[in-house]
Amino acid sequence: MNAWNNIKAIMKRELGGYFTSPIAYVFLIIFLLLTGFFTFTIGNFFERGEASLVSFFTWHPWLYLFLVPAVGMRLWSEERRLGTMELLLTMPLTTWQAIVGKFLASWLFLALALALTFPVWITVNIMGAPDNGIILAGYVGSLFLAGAYLAISCMTSALTRNQVISFILSVVICLFLILAGYTPVTDLLMRISNPVVVDVIASFSVMTHFEGFQRGVIDLRDFVFFTSVIGFALFTTGVIIRSQRAG
Amino acid sequence: MIKVKSLCKVFGAKIAVNNVSFSVERGEVLGFLGPNGAGKSTTMRMITGYYPPTSGSVEVGGFDILENPIEAKRLIGYLPENAPGYADMTVHGFLSFAAELRGLHGDARKRAIHGAVEMCFLENVLFQSIDTLSKGYKHRTCLAQSLIHDPEVLIMDEPTDGLDPNQKHEVRNLIRRMSPNKAIIFSTHILEEVEETCSRAIIIDRGTIVANGTPAELKARSEWAGAVYLQLSAIGSAPVLESLGQLSGVIRTELLSEANGRLEVRAIPDKKNPNVNLTRAIYELSSQQHWQLDQIHTEVGRLDEVFRSITLPDTVKAH
Ligand SMILES: Nc1ncnc2c1ncn2[C@@H]1O[C@H](COP(=O)(O)OP(=O)(O)OP(=O)(O)O)[C@@H](O)[C@H]1O
Ligand SMILES: [Mg+2]
Repeated sequence: MNAWNNIKAIMKRELGGYFTSPIAYVFLIIFLLLTGFFTFTIGNFFERGEASLVSFFTWHPWLYLFLVPAVGMRLWSEERRLGTMELLLTMPLTTWQAIVGKFLASWLFLALALALTFPVWITVNIMGAPDNGIILAGYVGSLFLAGAYLAISCMTSALTRNQVISFILSVVICLFLILAGYTPVTDLLMRISNPVVVDVIASFSVMTHFEGFQRGVIDLRDFVFFTSVIGFALFTTGVIIRSQRAG
Repeated sequence: MIKVKSLCKVFGAKIAVNNVSFSVERGEVLGFLGPNGAGKSTTMRMITGYYPPTSGSVEVGGFDILENPIEAKRLIGYLPENAPGYADMTVHGFLSFAAELRGLHGDARKRAIHGAVEMCFLENVLFQSIDTLSKGYKHRTCLAQSLIHDPEVLIMDEPTDGLDPNQKHEVRNLIRRMSPNKAIIFSTHILEEVEETCSRAIIIDRGTIVANGTPAELKARSEWAGAVYLQLSAIGSAPVLESLGQLSGVIRTELLSEANGRLEVRAIPDKKNPNVNLTRAIYELSSQQHWQLDQIHTEVGRLDEVFRSITLPDTVKAH
């Protein structure tokens, strides 16, 4: 109960922080423009002649690669830069509650951005009769994908007071998580090593696990993958924050 | 309320705090003094649970800060050095956030915010965002945050830093007013502040406590404490200094000024062989010798002089 109140207080502050600055609006506009651009032009949405959002979701791992770290980079680095970390961590709350509260607030913000893509969904429903179950699965997968990237940005932002460094680090890590299962890369790996190794490497990739959601297949293993990435990254955030104070 | 035992903090190869022990009870105001880099802030950060100690323990209100951090932190109000605040929040939003984390809701929260705003004179800037505040107002905002839940233990790192003289005065008054039912620790570089508000002072130098006592006790450690100041007319300095120097209990004499037949001298007492009534002895000497005495008084020690004599030799050695 108390824990939840603390988490709520942190979330409220964090979300308020997004909306009192222009960051939130700039981000939402860029996000919507880019999703539209990728879906309708590069993704050949109309030329496909099918009622689905495949061309919409395919681009999410790449789109999030830059947009999610932009949302997450300030989470802890800003606290360190302003010195408010000292204030926050001497309040009667656990580091956990602070980490989870911050993470949930940003995740909620990303969920809002995702929800604002509903015109795409309306368009596809007007033009044909898509399987809305598959679309819903795609949205769920996309949300978890964003959550995984966000947790990683959270971790890198705890490492440094410099938001730019935090951004670059998390882009690099997320890029690795994409490439490990990106078909051109796996094809290349296949030529120089054996399939088992390639499979193991690919199983660490967000591409492999996001794919099922896009096809409407909700597999427990994919959930486990995304939640463990989130759990691991947030746990590491806690370790980083603790070790910095240990001196 | 606060018990600090053999506290140490090591950063890499640097020992920032070395074996510091003290305790503060309710009703006490402890002043924390020391040169820059002495370890004042580090000690406070360990007491408030921000830095885990390398060794030693901190107990606040009976709760160990490592074993029961939440219970201990609930009792503490903390003003960190440089008074940090969330740049994008308004003063009101910030205080409201602090109150929420302190478990205050509804009416209790409103009252708490109102009280803190009043104590720190923030009415004018209540809806201004923190990054546009002047340094002093930013400081007061953070101070308000530390007082919002009426804590039993108050820890303030340089609470008057950046305040104007009126506000400095107000903060000192505030500390004095709150002191009867709180345990307060604050650090400062302003020595008059210690004399004015503290019931006890600790001087810390390069991580170790080098003096601990009431401001009066500390002042008594001054070389000048108990020195006798004389002002005489129509006499040369040589015979005066000579006869004063021969007096038992006087270790040496100082000539402060000599102009227009007017003389100012000071007799420094010998701490190892004290004369309880040095002033009277000197007075009697002067009437025996028929000196024309204009002024005589006993000097109390000066804290800045004690501070310097305790911490300066070490600093010089270190460089
Ligand atoms: N996080 C840290 N990492 C490494 N060294 C540190 C850290 N924090 C403090 N120190 C070192 O510990 C020593 C004590 O610093 P501290 O901030 O406690 O001094 P202070 O007494 O508060 O000084 P001031 O009067 O300047 O505020 C300094 O030498 C400082 O460089
Ligand atoms: Mg300091």
